[in-house]
Amino acid sequence: MADRKQPSKLAVWLGVADNPFTRQKTVKFGDASAVNSGRLWSVATVAALLFAWWAVTRWGLLDPIFWPPLDGGLYPWDNPARARPGVVDRFASLVVEGYRNVPLWEHVWTSVRRVLLGVLCGALAGIPLGFAMGLNSVARGLLDPVVEFIRPIPPLALIPLVILWLGIDEAAKTFLLFLAALFIMLIAARAGVSSVRISKVHAAYSLGASKPQVLRYVILPNALPEIFTGLRTSMGVCWGTLVAAELVAADQGVGSMMMVAKNFLQTDVVVIGIILIGVIGFTIEMLMRALEVWLIPWKGKG
Amino acid sequence: MNGLVIDDVSMIFTLPDGGEVHALQNVSLHLEPGELMAVLGPSGCGKTTLLNIIAGFLAPTAGQVHLNGRQVTGPHKERGMVFQQGALFEWMTAAENVGFGPRMGGATRAEIAAKVGHLLDVVALREFADEPVYRLSGGMQQRVALARCLANDPDVILMDEPLGALDALTREKMQGLVLKLWKDTGKTIVLITHSVEEALFLGERLVVMAPRPGRIHKAFALPFADQGVEGDTRAIKIQPDFIATREEILTMIWEMEEEIMGGGNTG
Repeated sequence: MADRKQPSKLAVWLGVADNPFTRQKTVKFGDASAVNSGRLWSVATVAALLFAWWAVTRWGLLDPIFWPPLDGGLYPWDNPARARPGVVDRFASLVVEGYRNVPLWEHVWTSVRRVLLGVLCGALAGIPLGFAMGLNSVARGLLDPVVEFIRPIPPLALIPLVILWLGIDEAAKTFLLFLAALFIMLIAARAGVSSVRISKVHAAYSLGASKPQVLRYVILPNALPEIFTGLRTSMGVCWGTLVAAELVAADQGVGSMMMVAKNFLQTDVVVIGIILIGVIGFTIEMLMRALEVWLIPWKGKG
Repeated sequence: MNGLVIDDVSMIFTLPDGGEVHALQNVSLHLEPGELMAVLGPSGCGKTTLLNIIAGFLAPTAGQVHLNGRQVTGPHKERGMVFQQGALFEWMTAAENVGFGPRMGGATRAEIAAKVGHLLDVVALREFADEPVYRLSGGMQQRVALARCLANDPDVILMDEPLGALDALTREKMQGLVLKLWKDTGKTIVLITHSVEEALFLGERLVVMAPRPGRIHKAFALPFADQGVEGDTRAIKIQPDFIATREEILTMIWEMEEEIMGGGNTG
């Protein structure tokens, strides 16, 4: 007789106890759905990392040049002469006063705006080209060599050429991100067109649809899930490319903020930049996933 | 000549390696308006190829297909198609799927709404009108597919194993619905199936095809479809006549397969 006593909800949420369904399974090793969240251990990991950060700098185990203190470390019993700004204090001052006369949110928005603009331009050009390649053999023949040649080149490798052509201003960054997004969107749109099940196309023609109607009402909606996956990938790739481009040359943006801070040995600003880049990248990914569920609920259900 | 005329149709596929497959050889059939013909045969006998030629998706190597005196050269809404599964537009609701044909034809909103409402009643899906089709069960999806096809009021309905992916119980119920729609609408129907029982029950006429090359092996005229419109589905399927014909056809197909396999002891 199995133990009928149920674990508390808190214990299940924290992952220290299996949920009631998993508890009834006898085969657990090898069953991925029987591995619970282990949230307690996630909390422990974060806490340990923060404590380690606090501790190594509090006790002076790391030079602040290499790794900044988490907080100022000035407690009532400390010697005021030891006071120095920590990352938390620096973040507060960046939010309130900005960095080198530019508010922090403006650095962030500059970077995000460049990504959005680059992805938008890439999608506007790439989707029609991808459709053309998927639907027409002349277009496929014309574009295939270019696509296959440029596809394996990382966008970062184009930075020197783009700087030679367009310098280091906004146009150069937009163009670089446009190129990065263009080929991803083109390939995604082409795959979306190719993925249409022929019986859907046949059904539409048998129902009296014309070629433009088949394109508009069957091929386009059928390709939307792949196009959206392309948008998500482009956002990720463009974000990475942009930060690199800003590290090379820019007067605004998260990457440029970090490069300037490096020159002044402001390791705390550099670390804040790294964390910001991670948080923004994560947020973009989450927003895109939510948008996908909202806009394309039929994905994977054909 | 009225009705659907398949005149000496042959289909030879050329393979990438240069070889040739005779999918159909000299197939001739004539369906009067309102007839329901079931086409049965082992896999590879060309029955789906035949349907694709009638639908206008493939051009035959030789021979012609005419509907009401006009030659078939491509797909047209006079020949509606019901596929096995996965041919609904999953980005649309049940009602939008049913209304697709009239909408493409430029019907007004009111006309579409009236027609869709009526057809959803016919297939008993009124309350699911605004559900996306991917949330419907397999049987409900096929009812949407039937309604979508009827919405265009085609002369001929081509069915490519429309019930093939359904579970046995749903399948029996759907067979009753197909018979009812056939009698109510008076459409000409060509039904491809690999279920002997389904072919017997639904086919007013039954054509058994043989493979390599795909050809008509034997044709039957059957009484069960007419009985099925009025009578009890289950009762018909246990009639001695029904069972005897089923055994005859099963034996025929069995022997055909034995012949293909070289008469070996294929279990």
